[in-house]
Amino acid sequence: MAETLNQKQNFLKGIIKENPIFVMLLGMCPTLGVTSSAFNGLGMGVATAFVLLMSNIVVSLVKNLIPAKVRIPAFIIIIASFVTIVEMILEAFVPFLYEQLGIFIPLIVVNCIILGRAEAYASKNNVLSSIIDALGMGLGFTLALTALGSVREILGSGSLFGLSFVPDDANTFILFILPPGAFIALAYLTVIFNKLTTKTA
Amino acid sequence: MDYVIILIAAVFVNNIVLSQFLGICPFLGVSNKVSTSVGMSGAVLFVMTIATTVTYLLHEYVLVPAGLNYLRTITFILVIAALVQMVEIILKKVSPPLYQALGVFLPLITTNCAVLGVAILALGLDNGSLIKAVFFAISNSLGFSLALIVFASIREQLELANIPEGMKGVPINLLVAGLLSLAFLGFTALV
Repeated sequence: MAETLNQKQNFLKGIIKENPIFVMLLGMCPTLGVTSSAFNGLGMGVATAFVLLMSNIVVSLVKNLIPAKVRIPAFIIIIASFVTIVEMILEAFVPFLYEQLGIFIPLIVVNCIILGRAEAYASKNNVLSSIIDALGMGLGFTLALTALGSVREILGSGSLFGLSFVPDDANTFILFILPPGAFIALAYLTVIFNKLTTKTA
Repeated sequence: MDYVIILIAAVFVNNIVLSQFLGICPFLGVSNKVSTSVGMSGAVLFVMTIATTVTYLLHEYVLVPAGLNYLRTITFILVIAALVQMVEIILKKVSPPLYQALGVFLPLITTNCAVLGVAILALGLDNGSLIKAVFFAISNSLGFSLALIVFASIREQLELANIPEGMKGVPINLLVAGLLSLAFLGFTALV
């Protein structure tokens, strides 16, 4: 049990101090790959947060039943099952998002955040703490993805969540919705995040 | 001709790291020295080729005939995890020097999304065949190697550069990756 952390700090650490993207640099592939618009970033964030929450719950429930030697494969199976569920739900109810996220949905399985939290947190803590940990981390991930998606969409398409605020024939920085823009936008967002957090810390 | 296009597309136009964003973790993680990045490239080439071969066959002859397509993600990740473990054991026994060179990178590859990504993408090729899928995997791992080694070479030079305090570490690396990606964007019209 994380001795001194109370549940509120436990929740907040995922958003600021141990933010999976800006601080720990986990799960970079979907971060860069799907954030060409704010909506995609949000959708990916929510899907990942859901898998993270469910896998944390299950892992913390079964942690005493799994022999230490086979725990990683066991965790992977748990995670992969929930990813399959998410994949089916998205395909059935939000086909548009399913198309947009494409290959990155099955790739939630190999998102290091999820396995990382299962191994580092849920396998050592009780169910309640694991749920709070997953909610904090999931929210931190979702916020980071939405922020990156928003920045890229505003600069690249002159809109936010699909609502355009520039004339149709305006010149926007198309670069930002192309692959290089993902790296560049994330680089500057990380600088800003570091600046803000070191000041408040 | 098909094969030439697959090769050029995978290495330059749709570079797996710089334009498809697969395998970013090892790309940022093990690229501080050229020598380690060469080792990682070798391990990826090895595992990606074998993994795609096995998963393609499994998909074609087991999952599809049995109507178990929805189990794709679970089966593939298990096959890859088991395969990495097996490759590690075999290499240790058969070729200790190769094991020495690739050893530390092998476990990391299980969570390399490029391997799973390519295995899934290979299923979607036009007029797919086993040979084409394997060739696709090899081409993509070459693309991965190219991006990784070029990036590592630049990072070695960056050690000597005078970088503003706030940009040190992650941000400058991302920025360099962005510029590299911009350079690769120039290949877009090639195929």
